[in-house]
Amino acid sequence: MEKKERIGVYVCHCGTNIAGVVNVGEVSTWAAENLKEQGVVISRDYKFMCSSLGQELIQKDIKEHGLTRVVVAACSPHLHEQTFRNACKGADLNPYLCELVSIREQSSWVHTDKVAATEKSKALIAGGVARVVHHEPLEPLRVPIHPATLVVGGGIAGIQAALEIANAGYPVYLVEREPSIGGHMAQFDKTFPTLDCSACILTPKMVEAGSHPNITLLTYSEVEKVDGYVGNFVVTVRKRARSVNEELCTGCGICWEKCPKKVVDNVFEAGMGTRKAIYVPFPQAVPKYPVIDRENCTYYIKGTCKACEKFCPTNAIDFAQEDQILNIEVGNIILATGYELFDARRITQYGYGRLANVFTSLEFERLSNAAGPTGGNIVLRDGKTTPKVVGIVHCVGSRDKNYNEYCSAICCMQSLKFAHLVHERTGAEVYNFYIDIRTPAKGYEEFYHRLLEEGTHFIRGKVAEITDAVRLPGEEGKLIVQVEDTLTGNQLRVPVDMVILSAGLEPRRDAKEVAKKFGISCSADGWLIERHPKLDPVATVTEGIYIAGCVQGPKDIPASVAQGAAAAARILGKIQQKEIALEPVRASINQEQCSGCRICNNLCPFNAILFHEDRMVSEVNPALCQGCGTCVAACPAGAISGTGFSNEQILSQIEGLLLLNIPKKETVA
Amino acid sequence: MTDTPETQPFDKAQGESFEPVIIGFTCNWCSYRAADMAGTARMKYAPNVRLIRLMCSGRLDPTFVLKAFAGGADAVLISGCHPGDCHYINQNYKMLRRFHLLKRVLQQMGIEPERLKLLWASAAEGAIFAEEINKFVEQVRPLGPLNWKPGNGAHVEAPVHEEVPA
Repeated sequence: MEKKERIGVYVCHCGTNIAGVVNVGEVSTWAAENLKEQGVVISRDYKFMCSSLGQELIQKDIKEHGLTRVVVAACSPHLHEQTFRNACKGADLNPYLCELVSIREQSSWVHTDKVAATEKSKALIAGGVARVVHHEPLEPLRVPIHPATLVVGGGIAGIQAALEIANAGYPVYLVEREPSIGGHMAQFDKTFPTLDCSACILTPKMVEAGSHPNITLLTYSEVEKVDGYVGNFVVTVRKRARSVNEELCTGCGICWEKCPKKVVDNVFEAGMGTRKAIYVPFPQAVPKYPVIDRENCTYYIKGTCKACEKFCPTNAIDFAQEDQILNIEVGNIILATGYELFDARRITQYGYGRLANVFTSLEFERLSNAAGPTGGNIVLRDGKTTPKVVGIVHCVGSRDKNYNEYCSAICCMQSLKFAHLVHERTGAEVYNFYIDIRTPAKGYEEFYHRLLEEGTHFIRGKVAEITDAVRLPGEEGKLIVQVEDTLTGNQLRVPVDMVILSAGLEPRRDAKEVAKKFGISCSADGWLIERHPKLDPVATVTEGIYIAGCVQGPKDIPASVAQGAAAAARILGKIQQKEIALEPVRASINQEQCSGCRICNNLCPFNAILFHEDRMVSEVNPALCQGCGTCVAACPAGAISGTGFSNEQILSQIEGLLLLNIPKKETVA
Repeated sequence: MTDTPETQPFDKAQGESFEPVIIGFTCNWCSYRAADMAGTARMKYAPNVRLIRLMCSGRLDPTFVLKAFAGGADAVLISGCHPGDCHYINQNYKMLRRFHLLKRVLQQMGIEPERLKLLWASAAEGAIFAEEINKFVEQVRPLGPLNWKPGNGAHVEAPVHEEVPA
């Protein structure tokens, strides 16, 4: 004879969040009176169940009334399941014998009909009570955490994260797609609002990351595959052939000096300058070793040349080098793969790509950079003429329903910085065409005021068109910015020499594939989704995978650095515990009942199900099982059971949920 | 026990006030979080749906749906991550296969296919989740209560031939 469970039901008011719509008193009384048969021995309602007093109430009842199961009707389990499990644990009741029923997110917050919401809450509780009877005491799975961390993306967010972890004494693999770390920040000249030189503050960090004994730098490399789970990931990295032996190369630079092949650099120089076929992207590159761009190298195309090999003093050139496939073991992963600039060609009326003197923000960064193709001279596309009038267009591809609805967050400040640099270096007149000026961070508003005082013109209006078609005298040889000044209501045609399009930030083109590779998800815009938009901005719903920097959404350098450090701190906390407790939701196969049909084998995407040829039965490897339950649902013999979501639990929950409308059904029939 | 099939016509006038009871299956990662999101954003929808959380829509055993109908549900909602976005790589496709088969089986059992709905909802789609529930309730309301007694009143119709995607 089965022993009857003793269940306690606790209905939370959540202040007025629940009690304002659901009649919590009625629900609690109803549960006490109507769910007796299911085992409810006590039912209470309380203002805040999650408060320490609320938790103590449960603990007292567990002891005094000998409760064997607890049902809390409150908020979503994603918020407080852990809280109430811990409360049970504190009273020596196995934490997995507690069930959280969401009557806030699923009832009081989404329904206005108080009677219906109250009835629905009763039904949800009945479902929870019916389910909890079949809960089993479980122990979390404890797995060791590998102390190493993988950081994907060597921009400022990734560098910061890698340094934090490495400085704490743990190994880090920093993987970067380009030949050097540094990311977008390495391309910039000045950083707002302090106007300190970007390279001056970035390169020391790059060098530190490059020479840190705990950091293994894998540049010119990409992650191909991720296996395993939190604490024990196995990551396959393709280290592309540099065609240069890193052991021998000293980074002296003779090879790229002697290389006869010039190539337009579309990555680092944003198409504004050239590099050689053997190159480092920029002088301060980390690591210092060059790579041969095989698509453009004369030797790889024609089979002759080898100038670099001829001149290399250390014989480091290795034309036969092959891609290396590395399998690295890590406990945690940080994704910091950054952003891509909005392609301004998509807005055809702005003329980028057609009108020579329309520049993108990244092109202007290179133009104004002292180490850039013009040595920091702000000149027109002809390479010599200094502009007299410059127009800067804000919100290009951002805050625009045709392209991206979101605000790219950095463009206002970036445009103000450009205005300042143009003004300072050329004395040109500067027009800023903006929709709204957004400067919400430390020192940003002050910078805006500084610009106002410098005499930059601010015209509030979305630019309609940029054209070279002359209509009025004085427009000859100029670019005309057609805009409505929405503050005065006038249509303006502003003749300028140069236009800078402050293009917005977009997710990397392959963001979706990256997300899939690492088992996380993207928002509709393509940014990776954090676990909680406010309270957990760097974790993801997949344990062990963290995000930092612009991969999570547009943000400036200080915010990217903060996120990199935050993700590192989260991981360090985990590493120091040496092991991690995982939800014990796993499938298991009853060997007696298994018929050996192997239907489940192919359903598992994690290869967690082994087939024993000798005994003709399948078995689940709990270390690989992720607990999705697909095999449980598919087993024709019913031999597979899933902890936490067993057939009994779900079928009983269905019964419980439908308890309330059975009498109604009878009256209808 | 009588052997007469339950074919009494549903009174349309009564239909105005009929509130169907719907059991909804959600996955832990996308659709349950869409429901959470609808809650956090205080989006309003009809109170007819009672949700069950599974880890993955792939856990959906067709028995659960039959059990819900047998237990008195007027309709069943199955929801999961969008194809390609499954937290468990591709298990929602396995649910999709079952869904198509199930729909056919239900039809053979005399249950209108309109009583079963599939909904893809990402964690960010609280608004879609709420809107689709409202639509579903209005879709089921005119059908009236499901007076289904397995093994008793269900009459079997000839199967309709339709393509079942792999």
